[in-house]
Amino acid sequence: MTGTGNIVARKAFPAAAKEKLTDTQLRANLRRATHTIRDKRLRVVGEVPDWEALRVAGAAIKDDVLSRLPELLERFEAAATAAGAVVHWARDAAEAAALVTDLVQATGTTEVVKIKSMATQEIGLNEELEAAGIAAVETDLAELIVQLAGDTPSHILVPAIHYNRSQIRDIFTRNGLSALTDDPPALAEAARRHLRAKFLSAKVAISGANFAVAESGTLVVVESEGNGRMCLTLPETLISVVGIEKLVPTFRDLEVFLQLLPRSSTGERMNPYTSLWTGVTPGDGPRTVHIVLVDNGRTDTLADEVGRQALRCIRCSACLNVCPVYERVGGHAYGSVYPGPIGAILSPQMSGEGANSTLPYASTLCGACYDACPVRINIPEVLVHLRQTGPHPAAERAAMRALSWTMRSRRRYAAALRAARRGAAPVRWATGGKVRRLPWPMSAWTAARDAPLPPKQTFREWWARERA
Amino acid sequence: MKIALFVTCVNDLVFPGTGKAVVRILERLGHTVEFPVGQGCCGQMHANSGYRAEALPLVRNFVQTFDPYDAVVAPSGSCVAMVRDSYPRLVPGSASVAGRTYELSELLVDVLGVTDVGAVFPHRVTYHPTCHGLRMLRLGERPRALLRAVRGLELIELPGAEECCGFGGTFAMKNAGVSAAMLADKCGAIVDTGAEYVAAVDNSCLAHIGGGLSRRTASAQAIHYAEILATTPP
Repeated sequence: MTGTGNIVARKAFPAAAKEKLTDTQLRANLRRATHTIRDKRLRVVGEVPDWEALRVAGAAIKDDVLSRLPELLERFEAAATAAGAVVHWARDAAEAAALVTDLVQATGTTEVVKIKSMATQEIGLNEELEAAGIAAVETDLAELIVQLAGDTPSHILVPAIHYNRSQIRDIFTRNGLSALTDDPPALAEAARRHLRAKFLSAKVAISGANFAVAESGTLVVVESEGNGRMCLTLPETLISVVGIEKLVPTFRDLEVFLQLLPRSSTGERMNPYTSLWTGVTPGDGPRTVHIVLVDNGRTDTLADEVGRQALRCIRCSACLNVCPVYERVGGHAYGSVYPGPIGAILSPQMSGEGANSTLPYASTLCGACYDACPVRINIPEVLVHLRQTGPHPAAERAAMRALSWTMRSRRRYAAALRAARRGAAPVRWATGGKVRRLPWPMSAWTAARDAPLPPKQTFREWWARERA
Repeated sequence: MKIALFVTCVNDLVFPGTGKAVVRILERLGHTVEFPVGQGCCGQMHANSGYRAEALPLVRNFVQTFDPYDAVVAPSGSCVAMVRDSYPRLVPGSASVAGRTYELSELLVDVLGVTDVGAVFPHRVTYHPTCHGLRMLRLGERPRALLRAVRGLELIELPGAEECCGFGGTFAMKNAGVSAAMLADKCGAIVDTGAEYVAAVDNSCLAHIGGGLSRRTASAQAIHYAEILATTPP
């Protein structure tokens, strides 16, 4: 079933990117932030002598999960149910959001606290709850900033990466959170005071999950602030929205991912708050536990032999932080909650709608993402695969066909080279060899750089004259 | 050793000097270079732009043309990466010739065991490792080692060297704005080194970088490293 929700780009990537490029403050913020995390990640990854082996293990475990997903999902459901959780299944974003909204409404509450979760962003849960008169309070500091700003996240791990601290102070001030300075501890203190009251009064919490253990029915949330731990332990009801690819087969498998994830995402050796829960524990934590398993285009993605490796993703964001394209335009240009290189292969596979077909071209194929990926997703390979299986503009297709036809015959190819070399001669004469302006479509080249001209003799002409 | 030169389509038409430089270097080292005239394009532009069916005849032509040779050399990291990385997946039976296809620095350093090719180039040079050479072929220090052995050459480190220049084939046209933003940063880093030349293993990336430098009327120029290695004492 095709995915829906906040994974469909409304605007073609080149147009969206062009808008973002004019925002110099945004670019400065992104450059500073991505380079800081990038350097930190490199340092802590360099400390691990068996990092490559860990990456291989992470990929292998995820590939095993994907190869027997139905069986493992059923095992997870059985184990979680036996432990007192109620497991629900949702085919797409709309179904998942409606299901969660019904569960919240059944409790009679009008305010829920939320743990940072990509799955709930993906299904547009906050919008759905709001329409039903339920306020969803984001408790992750960066998600809170984005929510207070009336904005959307621009990064998987650091949703407010596009803001600097003085912009954050302004957002807080506008929303009645008193922060007198833009000193980070002062900003965090203002958020802490605001959130503490919410934690103590909330009856329902909503989370995602970083991992779901099939053998035990355990869910795992990995976070840095402890706000997630508050949500997981204080409210009476806990609802977790989990993508079906989040499974690992056994508890032991977490050993690999809890090494890979913190070093790849925040550049930390160990994750500060790792919470694990299995159904309901009498006298401890929530009394009602719901788990909503979401497909939303994942089964479609799984059906593609080359593209399915995207489902190994553990949402660490290392690929975003090293991506030269992401660094220039930020996450909003990708039009999906999944931006950057992983978004460019995940969003179009989960949904072919809207402008998602422009996303596989939002890359120079430089390969920095593949090197950084802790589960070895060959992002450039999938990008090329999606380009090869996706739609093409008619004029471009005609030009590419003609070029291929010319180049596949020695005679035609030599003639074309000769014609191009001859055609360049008057241009060289008129421009003095420095071509500053060319007509469309080559104007896209000369807008930013001079164009080279073929010299008077091609290589093969030189060879024929001098050597053959 | 009988070495076949795959000059690449971009070099054949726009940068023939790079092809001549490869011939000069190898002949100076006592090898015979052949130029099989049946050669065309490696098919990278078609394959990476999403035209797999249109790339296949070009791939087959490469395999047919170069299969008889012991070693194939190309002055391009990205074309060699296309051959080595993608060919075995695209055309059955191409793995053998793909394994014998080398980027110039691999042929010189690994196959022929040479780092000093006897060149003289008394200039300040900085080196930009192009992405496919860096991450797909893992050329590592090979091109730098060759440049360091050139007499008179002062090799200046390029800050942020491993960041993509923003060329990316059709990316430069399809996402022209982002490409230009990346180019601006790369040109800035090059100019700041005070180098007279920026060298690289790929003329496609160099056309983009060189075009950016010339648009800025920067004093630094782009040059394929083979053309530096081909120089001789005056």
